[in-house]
Amino acid sequence: MLSTLIWLPLAGAIAVAVAPKTLSRILGLGIAAATLVVGVVAAFRYDVDKGMQLTETHTWIEAFGVHYALGLDGLGLLMVLLTVALVPLVLVAEWHSADDADGGGARAYVAWVLALEALSLAVFCATDVFLFYVVFEATLIPAYFLVGGFGRGGRSDAALKFLMFQLAGGLILLASVIGLYVVSAEQGTPSYLLSDLAQLDINTDAGRWLFLGFFIAFAIKAPLFPVHTWLADTTENATPGTSVLLVCVLDKIGTFGMLRFCLGIFPEASQWATPVVVTLALISIVYGALIAIGQDDVLRLIGLTSLSHFGFITLGIFAMSSQGSTGAILYMVNHGVGTAALFLIAGYVYRRRGTTLISEMGGLEKATPVLAGLFLVAGLATLGLPGLSSFVSEFLVLVSAFDYAWYVGAVAVTGIVLAAIYVLWMYQRAMTGPTPPEVEGTEDLDARELGAIAPLMVALVLFGFFPGPLLDVANPFTDGLLAHVGVVDNAPVVPLVDTTVESEGGH
Amino acid sequence: MPDFSKPSLEYFELLPLLIVFGTACVGVLLEAFLPRQSRRVPQVLVSLVGLAAALGATIWVAKEAKEVGGGAARGIVGAEGSVIIDGPTLYLWGLLLIFGILGVALFAERRLEGGLSAFAGQAAALPGTEAERQAATQGLDHTEVYPLLLFAIGGMLLFPASGDLLTMFVALEVLSLPLYLLCGLARRRRLLSQEAALKYFLLGAFSSGFFLYGAALIYGYAGSMSFAGIDQAVRNNTSEHWLLLTGIALLSVGLLFKVGAAPFQAWTPDVYQGAPTAVTAFMSAGTKAAAFGALARLFYVAFDGERWSWQPMLSVVAIATMLLGAVLAIVQTDVKRMLAYSAVAHTGFLLTGVIGAQGAGQLAKGQYSSLEGVLFYLTTYGFASVGAFALVTIVRDAGGEATSTAAWAGLGKRSPLVAGSFAFFLLSMAGIPLTAGFVGKWAVFTSAMSAGFWWVVLVAIVSSVIAIFFYVRHIKLMFFTDPEPGETAAVSDASLLTVGTIAICLAATVVLGVVPGPVLELVTGAGDFIR
Repeated sequence: MLSTLIWLPLAGAIAVAVAPKTLSRILGLGIAAATLVVGVVAAFRYDVDKGMQLTETHTWIEAFGVHYALGLDGLGLLMVLLTVALVPLVLVAEWHSADDADGGGARAYVAWVLALEALSLAVFCATDVFLFYVVFEATLIPAYFLVGGFGRGGRSDAALKFLMFQLAGGLILLASVIGLYVVSAEQGTPSYLLSDLAQLDINTDAGRWLFLGFFIAFAIKAPLFPVHTWLADTTENATPGTSVLLVCVLDKIGTFGMLRFCLGIFPEASQWATPVVVTLALISIVYGALIAIGQDDVLRLIGLTSLSHFGFITLGIFAMSSQGSTGAILYMVNHGVGTAALFLIAGYVYRRRGTTLISEMGGLEKATPVLAGLFLVAGLATLGLPGLSSFVSEFLVLVSAFDYAWYVGAVAVTGIVLAAIYVLWMYQRAMTGPTPPEVEGTEDLDARELGAIAPLMVALVLFGFFPGPLLDVANPFTDGLLAHVGVVDNAPVVPLVDTTVESEGGH
Repeated sequence: MPDFSKPSLEYFELLPLLIVFGTACVGVLLEAFLPRQSRRVPQVLVSLVGLAAALGATIWVAKEAKEVGGGAARGIVGAEGSVIIDGPTLYLWGLLLIFGILGVALFAERRLEGGLSAFAGQAAALPGTEAERQAATQGLDHTEVYPLLLFAIGGMLLFPASGDLLTMFVALEVLSLPLYLLCGLARRRRLLSQEAALKYFLLGAFSSGFFLYGAALIYGYAGSMSFAGIDQAVRNNTSEHWLLLTGIALLSVGLLFKVGAAPFQAWTPDVYQGAPTAVTAFMSAGTKAAAFGALARLFYVAFDGERWSWQPMLSVVAIATMLLGAVLAIVQTDVKRMLAYSAVAHTGFLLTGVIGAQGAGQLAKGQYSSLEGVLFYLTTYGFASVGAFALVTIVRDAGGEATSTAAWAGLGKRSPLVAGSFAFFLLSMAGIPLTAGFVGKWAVFTSAMSAGFWWVVLVAIVSSVIAIFFYVRHIKLMFFTDPEPGETAAVSDASLLTVGTIAICLAATVVLGVVPGPVLELVTGAGDFIR
């Protein structure tokens, strides 16, 4: 089942690469849709209360104790669904721009997107650390060619910067992965299976060092302050579709890895590192939001809002409570949906106006009301408006932050206020105001563009009012994880929750 | 006067060596008796048949090899203790013979130069003279390169198999002398090529001197030339320790020169750049494999009892080599020089694996040893290196091979297949997962970490990050940089010989990256050295 999920898009990528150019997009979309179907079937076969399931285990490299081992738990399932849902939408949204004469052509774009999808799915399904590492690093190759081959002028330098950051993080992770092998070999037969590693008795010092390697790699991936500098350059120069895949899918590997590997293998070290990580998360929240306010390039701005959001996710993870972890998982899904919508709509705007500079836009609202309206909704989702999905997850993370310490919660709340500023101010500058003459004839969204956005909008509203299904999937995972880490929930302190609600109501 | 006793030779186990040297002699005879115009085809055929036969014999010998020492190793001590044919030897023989076959294929390529080989028409003619022009117009060809190559391969086979210091020295010379000659035979840029040959020869001669001096000191210390005898002496002898240490240091100079480790790496870029690229391709893979085999045998067998003395020394050398290779590769503007410095960096990574030696009792069940890691790394690096240099031979402009990096700009748009293959080899050298290089890197880093050398591994990881920069920069250049007018290289039409070589290397790099299991089993099945 999971193998099909992974190998289908990979085979599809090869098929697209050898098929005639005229078929590329249709074929690619068909494969992405088929993968979506497989993903949904997997979701229906999934039983929320059974932990890791749909498992497959084969020996891969016997000499290294490496297995080709796949499995899905609540966290993995949500990430898989997010991935398989976003890829077809990206392909639809980028239908024409991928064919840009300046870029590598639609065939290359579609093939790389499918390859990236396959490898990302493998990352979310891997239950062997070595396999995880292999696909974790391998995702960078399609990502590199997507950033470097398609997009705007500075893309090749941006791609190089992106790759250098990611590979540096990957090699730091390699050191820890090797260290795990050594620890595992010292305690008997070396094995990389997650189930074996979780049972390891790692001594405190070694555990902390290994944790550090994992955490740094995931912090670069996520990204977290101070290793975020590749993010804005990449989103600025890549096509919006690529940015969706990078920020909404690939970067989730960072926070996914923190949950699965940092907390799962090194519970002691994770608790030891909590103060530092929480501080970094808070800096990311505030700093990301502040520099987002100062951006004039809409794609950079959206990229930097993600820095702030990833701060929230990391905060939720390391607050070490069930609200925090569940909130973080939900946040990962909601951020994926909301930011994807923002990026795609910003891409539509760019195609119409030929610029990504907010100061040169203005006045689109009257010419293209649907576009502007959807942009506003996606923006409001980003700032966590109640009724839209992000609100639920942001609320849960803030609850856990206040639970952790009141000042942590207080700093985190400012992130929401700042989010209101950057979203609304961006909307005001980009969309409202007098309509310049050259904008007047601009066409509103056509059916294809609308079709790529509509599912995201539906999801935003649906999960805003009914987060139940997501919570049902995430909660058993969270409970298992926290039991493993050894954290017992304190009852949430009621007055603090009120504070959050007030600040939510503030905008 | 002692009686003369006839040495008994194990002809069956020595068969691969005998075949290669015999074929080389046949090649010399062909040179002597065939007219000049009709030598090429017989030479190529004889070389290929000889190497293939030797490969077959190696496999046969490997199948017949018996376990010794309670199953820790397989094979025999042959030729009165001078040649040891054990698992690692046989594995390296197989590897070297495959590289040899690929090398012959590259040597035989004639389509790229318009019907001429990549070697000088008449090596004795001074560059730029009438004699040289005549040689070129007559289409003369140095077919001596094939026997030379075979002698070099023979030396390489003997090098890691040698059981005493004298055999090792003889093997060192047998493999080096033909290579010095081959380096000076380039058809184009002959001065550069001759300079490379001279440099290589002079420095190589020095390093041989060091090796010989070291051998003398060790003999003075141990009273024996054989590795087993030295091992005994190291474990039992306590006096004159300085003799041993000085001997180890001098022997290391000789071997570290051959593998191109800092501070003895100075010849690498010049020789790699100046030599005909076909020679560079073979030499980079073959010499490294043979010399690391010899290095490992010397340190693991003869000086195993002295591990605590040489491990720190090699650690420092490894660190210096990795950093130097990676940093200097960044500033290169010539593809061959860049690959040469990357070869230096890889020497450092291999040394990282060598220092990961542990006693037999210290390894967990199912854990592989550092020797096995090094052997696997040699395999992965060898194929990537041969493939990359083979690709360099087909990217050309009017002046022959276009080795300046600027000429490679935009190659990805003009010839996506060639640029893609080159990128893949670079990614393998950079150690990206799903390529062979990653598994190799993982193997050597793990053994070093297991032996407690985590600080060397940290430096290795830093160097890998630096190294990735220049690999990726070159990929960026090929795919995402527009060429500057007037300086563009194009892909020439190559014959099946070159294309086949590249395809084999590419396939090996993919297969070893995705399913390394079978080859790793071969490596672990090879077992340990016979002590």
